[in-house]
Amino acid sequence: MATTGKVTGIVSNLVTVQVDGPVAENELCYVYLGDTPLLAEVIKVSGNNASVQVFESTRGLQGGDKVEFLGRMLEVTLGPGLLSGTYDGLENNLATMEGVFLKRGEYTAPLDKKKKWDFKPLAAAGDKVVAASWLGEVKEGWLPHKIMVPFSFKGEYTVGSIAPEGSYTIEETIAILIDEEGTQVPVTMTQKWPAKIAIKAYREKPRPQKIMETGVRVIDSFNPIAEGGTGFIPGPFGCGKTVLQHAIAKQGEADVIVMAACGERANEVVEIFTEFPELVDPHTGRKLMERTTIICNTSNMPVAAREASVYTAMTICEYYRAMGLRCLLLADSTSRWAQALREMSNRMEELPGADAFPVDLSAIISNFYARAGMVILNNGERGSVTFIGTVSPAGGNLKEPVTESTKKAARCFYALEQNRADQKRYPAVNPIDSYSKYLEYPEICEWLNARIEEGWVDNVLKAKNYVRRGREMADQINILGDDGVPVSYHEAYWKSELIDFAFLQQDAFDSIDALCPMERQKYMLDLLLQICDKEFHFDDYEKCRSFFKELINTLRQMNYSEWESEDFCKYQGEIKKRLSENGK
Amino acid sequence: MANKAYQRTYTHLSAITKATVSLDATHVANDELASVDGRLAQVVKTRGGNVTLQVFSGTEGIPTDAEVSFLGAPPSLKVGEQLSGRFFNAYGAPIDGGPEVEGEEREIGGPSVNPYKRRQPSELIPTGIAGIDLNNTLVSGQKIPFFADPDQPYNKVMADVALRADVDKIILGGMGLSNDDYLFFRQQFEAAGALDRIVCFINTTENPPVERLLIPDMALTAAEYFAVDKNEKVLVLLTDMTLYADALSIVSNRMDQIPSKDSMPGSLYSDLAKIYEKAVQLPSGGSITIIAVTTLNDGDITHAIPDNTGYITEGQLFLRADSDSGCVIVDPFRSLSRLKQLVQGKKTREDHSQVMNAGVRLYADAQNAKTKLENGFDLSDYDLRCLDYAKEYAKRLLSIDVNIRIDEMLDTAWELFGKYFSPAETGIKQALVDKYWKGK
Repeated sequence: MATTGKVTGIVSNLVTVQVDGPVAENELCYVYLGDTPLLAEVIKVSGNNASVQVFESTRGLQGGDKVEFLGRMLEVTLGPGLLSGTYDGLENNLATMEGVFLKRGEYTAPLDKKKKWDFKPLAAAGDKVVAASWLGEVKEGWLPHKIMVPFSFKGEYTVGSIAPEGSYTIEETIAILIDEEGTQVPVTMTQKWPAKIAIKAYREKPRPQKIMETGVRVIDSFNPIAEGGTGFIPGPFGCGKTVLQHAIAKQGEADVIVMAACGERANEVVEIFTEFPELVDPHTGRKLMERTTIICNTSNMPVAAREASVYTAMTICEYYRAMGLRCLLLADSTSRWAQALREMSNRMEELPGADAFPVDLSAIISNFYARAGMVILNNGERGSVTFIGTVSPAGGNLKEPVTESTKKAARCFYALEQNRADQKRYPAVNPIDSYSKYLEYPEICEWLNARIEEGWVDNVLKAKNYVRRGREMADQINILGDDGVPVSYHEAYWKSELIDFAFLQQDAFDSIDALCPMERQKYMLDLLLQICDKEFHFDDYEKCRSFFKELINTLRQMNYSEWESEDFCKYQGEIKKRLSENGK
Repeated sequence: MANKAYQRTYTHLSAITKATVSLDATHVANDELASVDGRLAQVVKTRGGNVTLQVFSGTEGIPTDAEVSFLGAPPSLKVGEQLSGRFFNAYGAPIDGGPEVEGEEREIGGPSVNPYKRRQPSELIPTGIAGIDLNNTLVSGQKIPFFADPDQPYNKVMADVALRADVDKIILGGMGLSNDDYLFFRQQFEAAGALDRIVCFINTTENPPVERLLIPDMALTAAEYFAVDKNEKVLVLLTDMTLYADALSIVSNRMDQIPSKDSMPGSLYSDLAKIYEKAVQLPSGGSITIIAVTTLNDGDITHAIPDNTGYITEGQLFLRADSDSGCVIVDPFRSLSRLKQLVQGKKTREDHSQVMNAGVRLYADAQNAKTKLENGFDLSDYDLRCLDYAKEYAKRLLSIDVNIRIDEMLDTAWELFGKYFSPAETGIKQALVDKYWKGK
């Protein structure tokens, strides 16, 4: 019989329950407010008292209220139809909820149970299969959505029978599997998996081997993120975190995008609903919404479900990865999730770590980032989950626990800088402080040099160095004054400005500049290095300044022009002319 | 009260702190209201049979044998058209000598709007102040605070904005308002003849600080009534949210919670977000816009209160005294309206965003010139023109005393550009220069 209990204590959404039987850590339960069941999760057990975090407001709950344990952890329902859906942190479908306001205890099914999918078998009777083996395929939009042996199945199975090609709902049996003892197990198109446990039904997880293009120059060229890699974007408010993340979501070279809006503004989610259905995926020409799933737990939604939202989002990505697809998970913002952990730890009166965050914060963050990665499936195909999280550091100070913990876990660091944002140099990614560890991977460098051009990685490092030198010169000029330094200092400074304005800065709102393909990035970087490698002769710093200012202006016009268009070639010519007039 | 027999009364307190009392009691609901020695209190914690109550007006003079009776419901407000033109205290009781409001009783601090059911904000809220309309345009359904030092005239600006905005209802939530400021708002609203579209919930410095915690929820419950039930455009003014946050920290401290940054409770972000996220554009046409005030300590926006606020709100309006023009201005660099691009050039003239950017960029050049001047470097002709421009720009456009239409703001900006600069120096698109350029 299922364990039950009764409420003995309430502090905000932390409820203590006296239980009459066994309970498991992270087990779900319903706390009954009259007849309304409020979903909650066990987070601590001591004696026969369980502490549970309720995913809803606990207003009106009383000591003695009934609690019913469900014998399972928080599970994500997986199956065709997840794409283009909008869910809350517990995977309730927000679109099918009634009324303008969210109602407590209203839980909606994530998938449409009536919709028929055109199923095509991939396996045949007699095949030996294991968890995550592909049994069949349906078309979800344009994506081949694989129907798999449920991840929870242990050991080897034989396919007893499989449904012929035809239309089925997600609840109809599409295959009968026979386990090693001869028991017949029916399989449908949908399955469930506990959100907090990583799906490991793959052969191996090698080091990432290639780059995921985003069309954002400061990322792809300067600090590339690997397909299956991890990165994070910390930055004070108003520095363009959201714009950068939306740019990556729009342009990222991925088959599936999951956006976890975790404790952020509801209007930002509204922007995604409103705009994505109109926007076109630059890689496939299909509507962006077709490949996007939104998990949203906005800042005014129940705090406990914030944590659930990032795990739910990750589980959905892992599910699509097992189909051999490239998935990109964007979580905005992981700081809000950490704050939710802090609130709970605080209510449980645990001894606090730095800034009152729980002491295991760092471990929780690393474990989560570790779920990303490129994998080789059991059938030899490849799938990946690339994860980029944003961090909202308190007061814009990067020396705070969430940023520091994330820095240990993520391989790419895109530091947004207040100063750059104030100067409207967008994206405000600091070119010196930011890094990509992937540029240190020999296999990635090899791939980049082969994919883009021989010596590409060296060129990138060279360009970075020009920017660094320019910054040093700028400091000298500021201290000593324009006249107090040799003209060559000005030249070095302006060369770095050239790279900054013509390459690092990018207009996310311009239809052409927003997306810069790798080929174009290569052309621009080569051109800029060609200019920077030149030695110029200027009589004074004013001449140097105006020369570079004009050059920058032309290069920017070039960025706004269509690749290799008439205008583009015109500006190309202008630049050549200017360069031949000065320099050797 | 039909089931009066069920009213539970206790007369033994087991613990008293400055803001809370505890006692053994059964069948107590979380968030339920109670009366402790005649003062209103709310259940904040239950442990075993022991209940902790937060006493809004403080616990001074409460004896251990005080009478505690539970009222069986969370805080609520009676809503109806009769709210219009009235002044209430933090509990929703009239303080203007008028009668009690008759209407439906609604719990305050109710549920959130389903994000999927929201609409993208798209309606402009003109205020006449160019520092806002031109550079940081407000949109209905937006939430935005003024960041200002205590010596700035933020309450006056807010009253101006409220009275000029084209909205159906204005709801003022005053927290820790000085009595003078309360009377100021009252007099301003009366003088403008706007009393019929105003509802005020007031906690002054004379009232206990913890009572303030009820004010935003009261104001927003009234706002939701007008926006959701009546499809009206509602503007909510909340001043001063810093004092609200201070009250939060008092309560969490009394409850032995571990403080996080700046001795604020760890839940500050969620507490503030619950309020600000009530701003909404509803599909039915109703909307709630929130303009708040967050006072700063010497312009420090890294303090936990403004910092958390900035992550929640859709921008901020930064007020500062400008010594060059002698006016209080809306700082064009540190202010931001995140929703401005939803209306600029769409609900306003086509040249709006280009003129705004050029104006601010040239003002930034003037600041550089000023730094050069202060450091003793020579100024170029361009630098000098920038400085003159900046002075006039601050006075005629950035100052909070300005009250003109948006088209006039744009024309003024073109006039200044023409007076001090060449078209190339403004960097504005040629097509717009051809159409609007004034002067040389």
